[in-house]
Amino acid sequence: MNSSENILEIRELRTSFFTDEGEVKAVDGVSFELPRGKTIGIVGESGSGKSITALSILNLLAKPGEIKGGEIRFKGENILTYSEKQMREIRGNDISMIFQEPMTSLNPVYTVGQQIMESIRIHQGLNKREAKLKAIEMLKLVGIPSPEKRVDQYPFELSGGMRQRVMIAIALSCNPDMLIADEPTTALDVTIQAQILDLIRELQNKLNMSVMMITHDLGVVAETCDYVAVMYAGQVVEFSDVRTLFKNPRHPYTVGLLNSLPRHDIEQEKLKPINGTVPSPHNMPKGCRFAPRCPFATELCRESLPELVADENNNQIRCWIYSDEWDGDPEVNVHDSEERTAKG
Amino acid sequence: MSENTVNHPVTAKKVNPRIENYKMIWKRLKKNKAALVGGYLIVFFIVVAIFGPMFLSKSPNETDIANKLAGPSAEFWFGTDNFGRDIFVRIIHGMSITLYVGFTSVVIGLVVGVPLGIISGYYGGRIDNLIMRVMDVLLAFPGILLALAIVSVLGGSLQNVIIAVGIFSIPAFARIVRGSTLSVKKLEYIDAVRALGATDFRIIFRHILPNVMSPIIVQATLRIATAVLTAAGLSFLGLGAQPPMPEWGAMLSEGRAYIYDAWHVAFFPGMMIVFVVLAFNIFGDGIRDALDPKMKQ
Repeated sequence: MNSSENILEIRELRTSFFTDEGEVKAVDGVSFELPRGKTIGIVGESGSGKSITALSILNLLAKPGEIKGGEIRFKGENILTYSEKQMREIRGNDISMIFQEPMTSLNPVYTVGQQIMESIRIHQGLNKREAKLKAIEMLKLVGIPSPEKRVDQYPFELSGGMRQRVMIAIALSCNPDMLIADEPTTALDVTIQAQILDLIRELQNKLNMSVMMITHDLGVVAETCDYVAVMYAGQVVEFSDVRTLFKNPRHPYTVGLLNSLPRHDIEQEKLKPINGTVPSPHNMPKGCRFAPRCPFATELCRESLPELVADENNNQIRCWIYSDEWDGDPEVNVHDSEERTAKG
Repeated sequence: MSENTVNHPVTAKKVNPRIENYKMIWKRLKKNKAALVGGYLIVFFIVVAIFGPMFLSKSPNETDIANKLAGPSAEFWFGTDNFGRDIFVRIIHGMSITLYVGFTSVVIGLVVGVPLGIISGYYGGRIDNLIMRVMDVLLAFPGILLALAIVSVLGGSLQNVIIAVGIFSIPAFARIVRGSTLSVKKLEYIDAVRALGATDFRIIFRHILPNVMSPIIVQATLRIATAVLTAAGLSFLGLGAQPPMPEWGAMLSEGRAYIYDAWHVAFFPGMMIVFVVLAFNIFGDGIRDALDPKMKQ
């Protein structure tokens, strides 16, 4: 794919935190691209580096975090070279972000209207009256009833779902080309989750926006995304379109994630968790980072880190099983993990 | 839809939540009788300071040698001093001096201390270290000693006392604001406005400052008491208000010489200092409880 089709291309992004115990590589060589108008899901456990990737895109990392290398191309331009002032122009205007906690993402001392107007006034230079009209319009757009009244209310007067709608209104008020949604539904109850996801999708179509959806919920991915990047311990382990990923997951970690979900089509008494935990960033395994938890791991896996390899459909995988050098069972089927674990 | 059931009724528009919030604070304050008394006393002191002198026929420096060191009586409510000056009249005139010193020195502390505290807490790192170490140095001096040092450098006058007390209030504000800023800046709405492209200036003044107001208000109230006390102390030592200014600390100092013969000369200024300090202290404590009910266990 060339860059004109992709709104965002991330190449070999490396972000580290410099702590007293040394460098922690939170994001370690992440690459993926997001075609214009599409949705990409970034999936992974806590600590896999998905939120840090998002914050790196907007260059919002707090100390001691630091982007160490790579490229983030937004509309073809490497925004990592931008100054803080240029980045401020991008934030909220070209790329917007919504956060996980609608309860704490709004400033308690201002009305929701004032908070929507803030971004409009930063970027569009409208006067107060115009900005307020625009704020009411935005509230209407995100499906808040009687927006003329709501606009003068304070965040504590709104429910969690309402607040997340307000967050979306704020994020979209300057018509961004791209929206980063960092676990937008995690803190909401299930019925509201579906509404918020529907809303994001609907507005995406209406405004022709690209969306980066960060989540640990594969259900959300299946419902909203076109592409998925599965992250593990700071790296992308599998990237493909959403159909392929669910139909034919290839990385043992992806398979494990899918197996750990409840299914209604087969009878099962217990869910199958992935045993073990994410390795400590201070002490990464030498080889494949998933090797200690992988039921198929061989000597090769434990010794050296596989590359992220793309096939002809640009489905990418970081696993030795799919390489010529694979030293394990050539007939291995990653979907058989159950018997494997039982045997091992 | 569960989302709509929590809708507030249409009446929500009519009440301004901010005013509602003030009402809540006032309600909690009213329950605290001691704080209320403190508050009324402060209002009373301010009224006396502004209008009191108008009702007095005598000037504070009018001497009456025939009646020097006279005890409290119907004519001289608080007695007279060694020049025969009416102590009651002097105290009423001194009220405005005391409050003026208290308020202005706290304003100096606020204006310098609050921005330093926010900058320190918001940026962290080296700036934080630099500012806070300077504050530590200021805090290392016992309050009165620091004020004393400053006054002795600047020279003794009421104005320099205000500057001195102001400077010595700075670290208290800077520290408390820094602490609150540290906790506020971690909240998600600060990340959210950064993600909207807000500048640091905007974040600090529009988003952090209003959210650290309550500790500032509490500290300012309590700090007035300290300022009054320190200013009186400096004047007592002869470094502040110079005679014949009816400043209470200076009056106390003058009365010290006659304490065995005419107790009232020192007693009444001392009593007034106690009342003013006490009023601000209990009112400040009351405000703290009212602004942050969680603090009260």
